[in-house]
Amino acid sequence: MYKLNLWALSLVIVLSVTSLLIGSSSLSLDAASLDLLLISRIPRTAALILAGTSLAVAGVIMQQLARNKFVEPTTTGTVEWATLGMLLMLMFFPQASVFHKLLIACLMSVIGTAIFLLILRKVSLRSGFLVPLIGIMYAGVIGAIITFIAYRAELLQSIWVWVQGDFSMILRGRYELLWLAAGLSILAYFTADKLTLAGLGKQVSINLGLNYNLVFIWGLILVALITAVSVVNSGVIPFLGLVVPNIVSLLVGDNLRRSLPLVALTGATLVLFCDILARIVNYPYEVPIATVMGVIGSCIFLYILLGSKRHAH
Amino acid sequence: MHTRLEFPEPLKKRRLLPIVKLTANYRLCLAALLALATCLLYLSYNVTASWEFTLQFRAKKLLTFLIVAIAISTATLLFQTLSNNRIITPAIIGFDSLYILIQTALVFLLGAMQYTQLNVYLKWSIEISLLVLAASFLFQWLFVKKRHSLYLLILIGVVFGVLFHSLSSLLMRLINPTEFTVLQDSLFASFNAVDPHLLLISFLVIGCIGAFVASHHHQYDALALGEAMAINLGINHARLSRVTLIIVITLIGLSTSLVGPVTFFGLLVVNLAYIVSASHRHRHLIPMSICCAIIALVGSDVLLQHFLNYNSQLSIIIEFVGGIFFLLLIFRNKIR
Repeated sequence: MYKLNLWALSLVIVLSVTSLLIGSSSLSLDAASLDLLLISRIPRTAALILAGTSLAVAGVIMQQLARNKFVEPTTTGTVEWATLGMLLMLMFFPQASVFHKLLIACLMSVIGTAIFLLILRKVSLRSGFLVPLIGIMYAGVIGAIITFIAYRAELLQSIWVWVQGDFSMILRGRYELLWLAAGLSILAYFTADKLTLAGLGKQVSINLGLNYNLVFIWGLILVALITAVSVVNSGVIPFLGLVVPNIVSLLVGDNLRRSLPLVALTGATLVLFCDILARIVNYPYEVPIATVMGVIGSCIFLYILLGSKRHAH
Repeated sequence: MHTRLEFPEPLKKRRLLPIVKLTANYRLCLAALLALATCLLYLSYNVTASWEFTLQFRAKKLLTFLIVAIAISTATLLFQTLSNNRIITPAIIGFDSLYILIQTALVFLLGAMQYTQLNVYLKWSIEISLLVLAASFLFQWLFVKKRHSLYLLILIGVVFGVLFHSLSSLLMRLINPTEFTVLQDSLFASFNAVDPHLLLISFLVIGCIGAFVASHHHQYDALALGEAMAINLGINHARLSRVTLIIVITLIGLSTSLVGPVTFFGLLVVNLAYIVSASHRHRHLIPMSICCAIIALVGSDVLLQHFLNYNSQLSIIIEFVGGIFFLLLIFRNKIR
């Protein structure tokens, strides 16, 4: 267990150093290089680690709440609702500060995720595969609304650029909100036991003395806030919150107190890896990390799905 | 010939409207008339420029609409007959994203110069053959080899669609901008400027497929009963399903090369046809779904252009309505 965490930690360190060293201008021991590191490379690497850890944590919480292994913010409409919030702010209050935009995005994603979870509660589902399917279609419908509004307001391009996960524009002073997401992940760790219990279902957890509704709302707020912060800052990174918890769950099981650190570290590893790949695949140009993650994430997702025959009925 | 009507139970109870009593043939005639009327309305409504120009301009666009309507509705219907379900369509499991991936990969591998110098017909046949190969492999693997549950199947298909989409956008990022323009031209053929070569291909393809389907419609009725029943009734199931799969994939390739991917259109139109045609026979279902597709496509274009003043947002609206309809289908299917 601790061994695994250590391995993951050392992997994160190696990848972070690699991430610091990669770029179109090479580093040397002068003031310009130091500036480059401080203004661009370090913030970028930090942003990657923060986004990776917190999105993976959001994914695992979401899976506990929905009691389904195949949900995460991009397959439950959370991301789309945050984007909708951003779009409305861009349309009606373009002058508003990033913080205000973030606030609205958070509010919208809380609403959107709550709607999704309420739908799930209303229709008790027999097949576990139905949950992500409904989530993806729900996200698609909200996505169509976003495209429609953005098209009418001629904001399609700006919203599209904003939402696509990309860390190439991260500089000092433009990523610090992500620390908020990391802080929320740490808060999640302190309530890990309660979230694990909630994952056993409403009746079991109430029977075990849990204030189920309170924990449910707490988890919902955590997920929505983390998602909104990362969407506003770095865009959408598809399938991250789905793939990482599944891998970790295979390794160490579902007790969040035990697995959450590994989830966070694996999330950071995967994001760092994908970003490095995105930077070298077309060197010296960059590919958005969302594209790379879309390919890698959907491949891993497919692998998990095809291997899950025992859940099929 | 008169067809005996078999309504599902709930419909029988509230047979209030006289239209429900119409036989399948009458319904088909009505739908065809309505489709014709929609087309005429499309051609003649609100002509401001000279008649000659307007008619020429609109006729070209109408032709594309018709081809797309025929291709998507027939492909979806035959696919659902083949795979024995009413929810999965070729578009939902990512066949049209696969077509775009193949086009992108060709530009990526050959380079824009070579790609544009290829003979149009040769290029189209290469692309379609690759699509048929890849998609048949996918279909065999998903539907025939492994017996997955319906929802797992859809989920896997949807994720495959995402994978193809991300792969092609990755390749598009790796292609240099000039080559990308070439690709864009071939990917997003617009309704307004139809390539005459593509039109010729479309007529040939639809002609051949139409002849085949028309002569085999009885066999499709048997195929719809499921594999065991179809074989028992003397159908060469393996051969018919192979040919049908090729037909479906070719039609999907055709419509995608004309207008790009439209995820939910086939689902909407074919399910509408199941409801209104009051028949399980393909001689009614196929023309009915084509009529529905024409009415929906051409009608909504008229509505959007002349009455709501929205331009070229048809695909967004289809995505919206289709997504909700798909969710409803799943919920209803689950409850039953």
